[in-house]
Amino acid sequence: MSLDPLPLCLLFSSALFCLGLIGALARSNTILVLLGIELMLNAANLNFIAFWRYGPVTSPATGVMFVIFSIAVAAAEAAVGLALIIAVYRHQKNIRLQEANRLKG
Amino acid sequence: MTAALVLIAVFTLATAAVALSLRNLIHSALLLIASWFGIAAFYLWAGAEFVAFAQVLVYVGAVSMVVLFAVLLTRRSRADTVIAPDSVARAISAVITGIAVFGVLGAAILNTSFARLSPAGVPPLPSGTGVSPVISAPTATVRDIGMQLMSTHAAALLIIGILLTVALLGAVVLAAQDGPESKQESP
Repeated sequence: MSLDPLPLCLLFSSALFCLGLIGALARSNTILVLLGIELMLNAANLNFIAFWRYGPVTSPATGVMFVIFSIAVAAAEAAVGLALIIAVYRHQKNIRLQEANRLKG
Repeated sequence: MTAALVLIAVFTLATAAVALSLRNLIHSALLLIASWFGIAAFYLWAGAEFVAFAQVLVYVGAVSMVVLFAVLLTRRSRADTVIAPDSVARAISAVITGIAVFGVLGAAILNTSFARLSPAGVPPLPSGTGVSPVISAPTATVRDIGMQLMSTHAAALLIIGILLTVALLGAVVLAAQDGPESKQESP
């Protein structure tokens, strides 16, 4: 069975999304959960590029613009998330999700 | 062409899967860097060179360093990068959830006819012939991207600049030591 490139790209990105989902749900280490979320964001970016390359013709750089802004937002998210992890570690001396169950310092 | 895509996909998915199942956090982070390299290779394959280099710069260069710093700053002792095993029940339910989501997404993709999405000039071929219609690849040179960023998307560029500034300053404030009282608490 031969597939066109566009469904293959979409299958690739959905597999990556599901891997990120499994990682975010299964692990209890906060850093690994954040990395799973990063993988899901990357899978969304793959979709933008796949539809830009194989989708209907629009203005020439639309998909690229989407991905550039999305990467910028993802970088900001990673920085804030890891700073939060360090702040939680300073309070709890632990970054397991199950033990970070109170907001009081 | 398709074989290269399959190779890139297998490499990226394998490194990501192994990274998320290892117990050593450093190994996980390094394998995820390899996975991000695979995604950059996909962007190169699809003809989005600028995005590929942005991916390498941002993820392989910057985010990976932040992740490694977070791993090393949140360990209690020198050998504390190997974490305890997670609960098996949660792992099994997470895998079942992931496979269910992938089944829904994959069925939706495989049952969708993408032929009508092809460009207007190219007549869609009947499916099953094994020949994919030749689609002229869109080109986005760095010059095009720069012109669009400075004209059409100038407002978005400014907003993303403000967002990055605020987010990175907020990250510094969050991660910084508070004052002398919190220093007394920490051993």
